[in-house]
Amino acid sequence: MAERELLLGDEAVALGAIHSGISGAYGYPGTPSTELFEYIEGVAQQEGIHAVWSANEKVAYEEALGMSFAGKRAIISMKHVGLNVAADAFVNSGVTGVNGGLVLCVADDPGMHSSQNEQDSRFYAKFALVPCLEPADQQEAYDMSREAFELSERTKLPVVLRLVTRLAHSRSGVDTGDRRPKNQLNPPADTFNFTLLPTNARVMYDRLTRKQPELEADSNNSRWNPLVDGADRSRGILVNGIAWNYLAEVFGGAVPHPVLRVGQYPAPFGKIRSMLELVDELVVIEEGYPFLEEMIRGVAGVAGKRIRGKLDGTVPRCGEMTPTIVARSLGLAVAQGLAPTLETIPNRPPTLCPGCAHGDAFLVIRQALAAFGDVKMFSDIGCYTLGFYAPFNAIHSCVDMGASISMAAGAAHAGQHPCVAAIGDSTFGHSGMTGLMTAIRENVPFTVVILDNGTVAMTGTQKTMCTGDDLVKIVLGLGLDPEHLKIIEPHRARAAEQAAIISAEIDYRGTSVIIARRPCVQLKRKGA
Amino acid sequence: MKHDIILAGVGGQGILTIAYLLDYAAIARGLRFKQAEVHGMAQRGGAVYSHMRISDQPIHSDLIPEGHADMILSVEPLEVQRYLEYLRPGGAVVSNNEPVKNISDYPDVGQVNQALLALPRAILVDAAGIAQAAKLPKAQNMVMVGAATPFLPFEWREFEPIVNRLFGAKGEHVVQANMAVLEAGWRVGAFAKGLLDAGVTSNLASRFLARVEPVSLEPVMAGQFAAVLTTAKAQAFLDATGERVAGDADLLKALSA
Repeated sequence: MAERELLLGDEAVALGAIHSGISGAYGYPGTPSTELFEYIEGVAQQEGIHAVWSANEKVAYEEALGMSFAGKRAIISMKHVGLNVAADAFVNSGVTGVNGGLVLCVADDPGMHSSQNEQDSRFYAKFALVPCLEPADQQEAYDMSREAFELSERTKLPVVLRLVTRLAHSRSGVDTGDRRPKNQLNPPADTFNFTLLPTNARVMYDRLTRKQPELEADSNNSRWNPLVDGADRSRGILVNGIAWNYLAEVFGGAVPHPVLRVGQYPAPFGKIRSMLELVDELVVIEEGYPFLEEMIRGVAGVAGKRIRGKLDGTVPRCGEMTPTIVARSLGLAVAQGLAPTLETIPNRPPTLCPGCAHGDAFLVIRQALAAFGDVKMFSDIGCYTLGFYAPFNAIHSCVDMGASISMAAGAAHAGQHPCVAAIGDSTFGHSGMTGLMTAIRENVPFTVVILDNGTVAMTGTQKTMCTGDDLVKIVLGLGLDPEHLKIIEPHRARAAEQAAIISAEIDYRGTSVIIARRPCVQLKRKGA
Repeated sequence: MKHDIILAGVGGQGILTIAYLLDYAAIARGLRFKQAEVHGMAQRGGAVYSHMRISDQPIHSDLIPEGHADMILSVEPLEVQRYLEYLRPGGAVVSNNEPVKNISDYPDVGQVNQALLALPRAILVDAAGIAQAAKLPKAQNMVMVGAATPFLPFEWREFEPIVNRLFGAKGEHVVQANMAVLEAGWRVGAFAKGLLDAGVTSNLASRFLARVEPVSLEPVMAGQFAAVLTTAKAQAFLDATGERVAGDADLLKALSA
């Protein structure tokens, strides 16, 4: 029986997956995707679903593909940049195809609320030649999650479900449906498709390309791609996903122009052609990159038609859509709010928590580096990235998970000294240890500080897998000279003594590791 | 009927708890709602907000268009300024008066409050004082929900089952203590709304509220108080300092005599 649940977009996808009979949920925490996995994790035991965070998104994707290989359904969730990490497995899984239904839910972050870029995952789906669904609201998130599993098992392909921050983290009521039974264990007798030797891969890639017309036909007939004519054909409007909500908002629910909503990919070219027959001017409003707009415009444009959107400046190229931006882009009147009554409104960026161990660690590291002049420290992704801001001004890079170590090594190759990297324990486990292993092989003269706070703090204190003694064993296992592994409990009261330990390791012209070990205050607060 | 609300505050102040109470109140009324939240990095002491939309009609956008919000409900007074472009003319501001000074360039608190009270329909709530008086110092958000209620399609008592869901495990006395705090907030909000509706300025309303005991206020009397707040006696009362007094019929009589 249908029940009405109060769900975030992330949670609606999660519940859709549970009701689709998944046997596994995989992922690595990352805003705005984290709550999807956590919702499933919360009921995993009673539902008999395997749900344990993976070391990184690539591991998660491969575990899920293995579950699919064995015949069962699985969902993988990650943020958009996580898919860069999982891309190898993801793109090749389009070639292998799947056995049990496999859905990748990837949450993009237009506007970069909590991210390094605003890459658009629809490109990945197109790149891998697999279908992609894109909901506009929480109800569609639930419904599409269910449909994605059906589509996956029907097409024998992984299916991408694209969310954006404003849907992932917006709550509303959702009507839910029946539960499907889980799949039985059913590994394939024929494993040709999963063995991508060139001889096999050529065959499978050919099969994948032959599926494309069928996928495009699916899109043209999809209920998620409705083309609705309008009385005012002076322009047509094409929107994707959540951009529909903003368009509906600015017209009070009744858009007078022909509208094509796109919620299923590959792009519904048939529908787009039908739209272009109706109108001479098409405004493309996309939440994300100008993905459809570029395709429609092509190199030479469309004869006799004006295609407007992000590429001609009609719609802002950067940042997320809002109802106000959509109204302005369409030249509609925009309501005026109130003006601030205070002359200057200072920014309030996020900060490290009171009592945060990272703050003391930065203090100690800065003190150690002071003797060496203006040293730029490489860093990484986590709470400690906030060490960029005053009063710490401690870090000078943040690029991608694990980059602190590899970039510091590269700078050391170039002859820079000192080279110091600061990375968290979970980020180290995600993608830092391979960089360190590489550096240790040639004893690169640099120092890595692993800020071991025992948790994935930024995304809400998820469990980390290399902390404490385990972390020490891992670092030594990578081949580090034990003489140059130092463990400190960073504390401002002991800054001088601890800075001396770090200084000594910087002076050593080989690879050294400092583990700055002190638990996250959030972890203590939660009593974990 | 529609209510578009911007919830504002600083990461860690618990605006999602306020959102939770309002969400479930809307559900209990069979209303539609959407509520866009901020998670992740900003939750670490940064500026946080939530767009909350309640309506008896379908809601399209998760985000409120600029100039459409009916209320800014803020648990920090400076944060109000960040979202005023969303507030429609005639919209209300209900804000906690306690600053969170986790930035070095926090403006003068007096200026922050005066800027807020320069707005036509603004209420500054002494949430910390009310919560501390009830020996529930962490219940400032309950005060703010209560103070916002008169501007929303809810009665303050409707929150009891939701407060029970939040705190029921800690015992009935905890639920009742939180409800008492919420009611005190409601008294302040409803009384202030009455004053504003009767044409009293935000500044004058705020000065009056600073002189009276929140739990003593009877919102139905706000109109009568509004009529006497410009008298010489009222001026003297507002200018005085010291203990808060009961904002009851005796005070009304004293101010109007």
